[in-house]
Amino acid sequence: MKTELTIGMNMNTSIEKESDFTVSTAMPADYFELLKPGVMRLVVFTAIAGLVIAPGQLHPVLALISILCIAIGAGASGALNMWYDSDIDAVMTRTAKRPIPSGRVSRSEALVFGLVLSFFSIFTLGVIANWLSAGLLAFTIFFYAVVYSMWLKRSTPQNIVIGGAAGAFPPMIGWAVVTNSVTIESLVLFAIIFIWTPPHFWALALFKSGDYASVGIPMMPNVAGNRSTQNQILAYSLLLAPIGFLPYWMGFVGLTYGVVSAVLGAAFVWFAFRCWQMDSDDKIMKPAKRLFAFSILYLFALFGVMILEVAAPNLIARFV
Amino acid sequence: MNETVKKDAMAAPDDVDAKRKKAQRSRNVAIGFCLAAFVIILYVATWAKLGANVMVRPL
Repeated sequence: MKTELTIGMNMNTSIEKESDFTVSTAMPADYFELLKPGVMRLVVFTAIAGLVIAPGQLHPVLALISILCIAIGAGASGALNMWYDSDIDAVMTRTAKRPIPSGRVSRSEALVFGLVLSFFSIFTLGVIANWLSAGLLAFTIFFYAVVYSMWLKRSTPQNIVIGGAAGAFPPMIGWAVVTNSVTIESLVLFAIIFIWTPPHFWALALFKSGDYASVGIPMMPNVAGNRSTQNQILAYSLLLAPIGFLPYWMGFVGLTYGVVSAVLGAAFVWFAFRCWQMDSDDKIMKPAKRLFAFSILYLFALFGVMILEVAAPNLIARFV
Repeated sequence: MNETVKKDAMAAPDDVDAKRKKAQRSRNVAIGFCLAAFVIILYVATWAKLGANVMVRPL
């Protein structure tokens, strides 16, 4: 249509008009930012843990490619989330510098980018590993982009409780890559991240409640109030500590993990308790900020120990 | 968003064009790199999955 309209016009003018509307100034780094590299790190880490502790053998090259597929799939869902949420991202200080609100990438570019990466990551994982893990990856992308971003996020304060499932799937996918199955062990790995998500995000929401309120996102502190959120954070933390210990209790990880998960679980409850003690009208909210920071360390440490416990003996046996 | 649009509008058309061309070239290189990586990944994965069996096929 555009070409037909420009027929008969001065050639230079038509090229200029075309370039005004069709040629983007987005650089590859801007597209990379759409993948939410920070979130991707956690996804990759937990997926590696699922893959490493799963019983069975997998060629290292296939394992590496599978992890890459999971990472790209997670990144694709991040791009789709940024496409859908660009209106609210522009208002919140935490997200205003993202590629779409800052004008570096257009919404349609982000959408196409997300869809193309979704397709290639799912397809490649299916061909390289198995179609169960590819199906789980597809469901994860769908859950994050559609169920969480399009539906839950703007409609219920339980958004991150249910939406947390999207972040909890990666270790299950890693497990399925090796075993081609979903077992009770992989469900426990899922449960650790699923129960960890509410206290992690609500701690953030407590000291960023103004941001969420300004765009009308019904986060728990804005809907139920700070006190209720603090109560729920403590309740979820009390649930998380024993669930974090379950892998050792069930016997699919070793004693080191058992000790670390017990100590860190107790520390998590302590930080949640401090947050619970915090005055609801506190302006600085230091205990909530500490809990948020510790929650990240908690998850990295738990899955890090899982990986080390399995990988270290193999490495020692190989090189000593 | 508005700032970028304003900057673009204020810049000379040649500058804007050069910026767009540079971005387009960078994206083309990145897409080329990704496609090459994809081909290599499938090639390596085929060997890793099938090993010597890759040669066993009806002729």
